[in-house]
Amino acid sequence: MGYTIAEKILLAHSGRKSIAPGEFIEANVDLALGNDITAPIAIEEFRKSGTGKVFDNKKVVLVPDHFAPAKDLRSANQCKILANFAKEQKIKNYFEVGCMGIEHALLPELGLVGPGDLVIGADSHTCTYGALGAYSTGVGSTDLARAFIDGKCWFKVPPTVKFVYGGKLGKWAGGKDLILYTIGKIGVDGALYKVMEFSGPVIRKLGMDDRFSMSNMAIEAGGRAGLIEPDKITFEYIRQTGNSRFKTQKFKSRLKGLRSDADAHYEKIYSWDVSGLEPQVACPHLPSNVKPASELGGVKLDQVVIGSCTNGRISDLRIAAKILKGKKTRPGLRLIIFPATQKIYLEAVKEGLAEIFVRAGGVFSTPTCGPCLGGHMGILAEGEACLATTNRNFIGRMGSPKSFVYLSGPAVAAASAITGRITHPEKI
Amino acid sequence: MIIKGKVHKFSDDVNTDDIIAAKYLVSTDARELGSHCMETIAPDFSRKVAAGDIIVAGKNFGCGSSREHAPLAIKGCGVAAVVAKSFAGIFFRNAINIGLPFLELADTDDISDGDTVEIDLSKGMIKNIAKGKTYHTQAFPEFLEQIVKEGGLINYVKRKKI
Repeated sequence: MGYTIAEKILLAHSGRKSIAPGEFIEANVDLALGNDITAPIAIEEFRKSGTGKVFDNKKVVLVPDHFAPAKDLRSANQCKILANFAKEQKIKNYFEVGCMGIEHALLPELGLVGPGDLVIGADSHTCTYGALGAYSTGVGSTDLARAFIDGKCWFKVPPTVKFVYGGKLGKWAGGKDLILYTIGKIGVDGALYKVMEFSGPVIRKLGMDDRFSMSNMAIEAGGRAGLIEPDKITFEYIRQTGNSRFKTQKFKSRLKGLRSDADAHYEKIYSWDVSGLEPQVACPHLPSNVKPASELGGVKLDQVVIGSCTNGRISDLRIAAKILKGKKTRPGLRLIIFPATQKIYLEAVKEGLAEIFVRAGGVFSTPTCGPCLGGHMGILAEGEACLATTNRNFIGRMGSPKSFVYLSGPAVAAASAITGRITHPEKI
Repeated sequence: MIIKGKVHKFSDDVNTDDIIAAKYLVSTDARELGSHCMETIAPDFSRKVAAGDIIVAGKNFGCGSSREHAPLAIKGCGVAAVVAKSFAGIFFRNAINIGLPFLELADTDDISDGDTVEIDLSKGMIKNIAKGKTYHTQAFPEFLEQIVKEGGLINYVKRKKI
């Protein structure tokens, strides 16, 4: 019996001769990530353990991105814990405001993650790097503390479920629509404790930004990881990061056979023809409550948010700008756009996208996770409705427990900012 | 390990934003977090809950973010154990790593809010004292039981080093 790509990566990092779904293993991680919410607990636990130094200060990444730039005094104190720890442990990959970006856009952009890597992050959307062909998964703060100590993490090897997307995607559908469609089909626990593997001709043609959107939301179906086998699009992306690690022999040899075997075992295989797939929208209060955008024209909006680790990349901003160019947002509607990293921010400025957004009546913010999780920079009042390109629409996610969050890709979000109602982009 | 307490019943897909809203994540103190536990979906919960009580829920308990503040808040408000039809992956890890006892029980529909139940973790047995019924489920896997017995992951790792 062969292995899936996920099983191959876990096996390669475990030092074992074989693995099988359901087994408990311990494996060495290539990278351990924490942010300003999760790392303070990890650092406290690490200190309590009496360990002096982290296992490898090149393999620890700290990104204060959630409540940063610090939204209040307590957040500032949490960010300070990270800054102090990074200084004390000589952690190079600590990203202070100014070079900080949303972690799951920043790490791939810098080439800190790549195909075949085993990455844990104390943030549930760590699954994003699956788009590069890495096994990356969200863990808790104590897991992170443990990795700080000895570079290891325990895993219960998940079974893999394969998703094969056939046909040809329409003009207005992208990675976000594919993943929302998928979650709508299988439910928020449809891949509970499983690896999702995205494949098929539609995936092969998808650019990296769309792939990141898909892998990012694997967790929203309960998935432990969301992998895409690396191909020439992946290799071109990592080449462009300029990170020298991708030129090493060690990395090149890791790529050998880094795909699922023909006789790999899948717990289930879903095959869908997604030709003509309409842009999808997840309605309150679950990411699985998915409907085609055209059916939701009656939904009035108070706010539109474009950004996040799901859809804050340059191609997302380009799509939004194309629709918003020369247009105005509906009076009374707040449009908040937050690019995921400083590099994306600068690209958006250079390409004139930032000007399009501001002229349309939107605000163009510094990178932060803030609005997505109801932290800061766009909290919803009681009774308000928001369409966001983020990843969760739970009760109270973006503010008041009596507010309503809808999720979509950037095209629907931009079109809806103009009309003030959920709108199919072809209507603009 | 036997835990006996009054049931607080919740439905399917209770997420970590429900358990502890993001605005409270500026604290790492279990008691403070506990005072806001379930506030979004059950505003009275932290006032009603007594030390030793038990949460019983539907499927996919703890879905959403990786915040360890969620099991910490549950522990912090005095809840002694959680029983659910299934648990989300990261919550499952976090509960083990911080030593919050929990059991998966395929059918929790029969257990009602206010029932008193007795849980035997090592046997995977749940007695519903109010209804005079006993439910059987899988006990903890050995690997995970070791972590819980050591009082959490960090102690487990330290012991292994010795």
